[in-house]
Amino acid sequence: MDILQLLIYGIVLGGVIALGAIGVSLTFGILGFANFSHGDLMSTGAYIALIFFTTLAWPLWIALPIAMIATAALALAIDRSLYRWFRTRQPVILLISSFGVALILRSLVQMIWGPDTITYQTGIQMPYRVAGLRIRPDQITILLCTIFLVLAVHLFLQRTKMGKAMRAMADNPNLARLSGIDTERVVLWTWVLGGGLAGAAGVFLGLDTRLHPEMGWTLLLPIFAAAILSGIGKPYGAIVGGLVIGIVQEMSTLVIAAAYKPAIAFAILVVMLIVRPTGLFSGRSTV
Amino acid sequence: MELAGLLTYGIFFLTLVGIYGLLALGLNVQWGYAGMLNIGVAAFFTVGAYTSAIITTAESSGHLGGFGLPFPVGLASAMALSGILALGVGLITLRLRSDYLAIASIGIAEIVRLTLKNEGWLTGGVRGMAGIPRPLAGLIPGYDATLYLLLVLAFVAAVYWANERAWRSPWGRVLRAIRENEAAARAMGKNSLLFRLQAFVLGAVVMGLAGALYAHFVRFISPEAFNPLFATFLIWVMLIAGGSGNNRGALLGAFVIWIVWSATEIFVTRLPEDLVTRAGALRVLLIGILLQVILLARPQGILPERPPRPERHE
Repeated sequence: MDILQLLIYGIVLGGVIALGAIGVSLTFGILGFANFSHGDLMSTGAYIALIFFTTLAWPLWIALPIAMIATAALALAIDRSLYRWFRTRQPVILLISSFGVALILRSLVQMIWGPDTITYQTGIQMPYRVAGLRIRPDQITILLCTIFLVLAVHLFLQRTKMGKAMRAMADNPNLARLSGIDTERVVLWTWVLGGGLAGAAGVFLGLDTRLHPEMGWTLLLPIFAAAILSGIGKPYGAIVGGLVIGIVQEMSTLVIAAAYKPAIAFAILVVMLIVRPTGLFSGRSTV
Repeated sequence: MELAGLLTYGIFFLTLVGIYGLLALGLNVQWGYAGMLNIGVAAFFTVGAYTSAIITTAESSGHLGGFGLPFPVGLASAMALSGILALGVGLITLRLRSDYLAIASIGIAEIVRLTLKNEGWLTGGVRGMAGIPRPLAGLIPGYDATLYLLLVLAFVAAVYWANERAWRSPWGRVLRAIRENEAAARAMGKNSLLFRLQAFVLGAVVMGLAGALYAHFVRFISPEAFNPLFATFLIWVMLIAGGSGNNRGALLGAFVIWIVWSATEIFVTRLPEDLVTRAGALRVLLIGILLQVILLARPQGILPERPPRPERHE
């Protein structure tokens, strides 16, 4: 019984990780660098939603899209003002810059909303009970929205011309460039898609737990682990990777102290890097 | 009185600059020489600090040990343990692209942080460890801090000298070759993994040394004292601002950035009371923006890297 309950929590967390991992995987595949600011982009999205969802008390289905659009715009603005200038240099400079951006975003969040934990809504939600299992209404919302977003990403990548161009860039950037794909537009859409999903992931994380300036950063390691597990540059694999990491993290509390939950993602990451560094789905070479 | 206060602050300031300078020198071997992205500097620093503290403090029920052993034993163990940790991390990640080392190194930093907080029997947990002895104390009464500063500066000078030697040596040349073009270096028969591993471990050993010197300087350490992410970030900014690949640059960067950081503290303490809790974030924000400006305007740093001049053979 306990295992099934943890499985539910794991799936909810895994969905959030997956949304983050799709963005990390796309930026890694298309721009060639591990974006260390992705987690803090999530936090920023979560706090933007706080303005509309909590302060203005608008319904979630309005607050969520606003947060997603705002986060996407923010990601794009960061790219235009900083990353764009580093793209012609070594990719590692991008990584270092993104590490700095992560701290800038986090300190902005902390300055505006303070360092304490905040919840979207006060009061206790009565969980639904199905066959002895508890699930909160928020968690059902998260699951449904995640499934919807993943389907939307799937359709975007499969059915639109831009989606095809993005997959081509992620598979082989040089070949994509040679075949006349407008790389600047692909980069733009990568940030819009990655940023929007990061915003959603942040809101869901805030709904599932609480808001804290470090909420996104602490999830960064599991997100990277999910992206590497599935093979970097493989957005579909990222979904599977996210679910695996989420479920294993929750299940691990049966065996080890809950305080070490974040270390589990790292353990999976290390095993993966040793055993199969290209990921389960043979992503980009890691050497 | 005013002058004496200034002098005391100057000694305190320079000791910390020396410790950060050591960290920057250690990172310079890893990043400046060999191009390895270590985002877990704080992990090695922390391991060094706690190791030396456990070895040298008097027996305590609050944490493992202490063993009450002399200061040099503490330093040596701190360096050894940091090196062993680096060896483990390096063996797993150094054959992969540099991004993976960066990701794995934040994992190590995270695990070290969790261990500090949760393993009270080992580290004293959130209560921290007090009573870490300061070496040379009481040798010349009233000059403890000055003597310790001289000790730290002696270590800085030694590591600087070793770094410079390494830079000019064939070993340093191979590292630069690997950084610039690994395939070519391997084609010349160089075992790139082995060279990288050596540079990574040596850099981590210096970081462990810096951690130990820090612990003996502040004499009380707790998880709160180590904001791992921020410490790492500050050292990166120091090295990049000073000039990656240039040891004098690393030291200059540590000095300049520590002045900037201290100056923001003075600025922030003048803010109204209710803003002070958020002011820490403002300081981080300023340093973060500074890094972006340096990367955009002068990516080579104040003192750019200079490859040693080839020797003339007449």
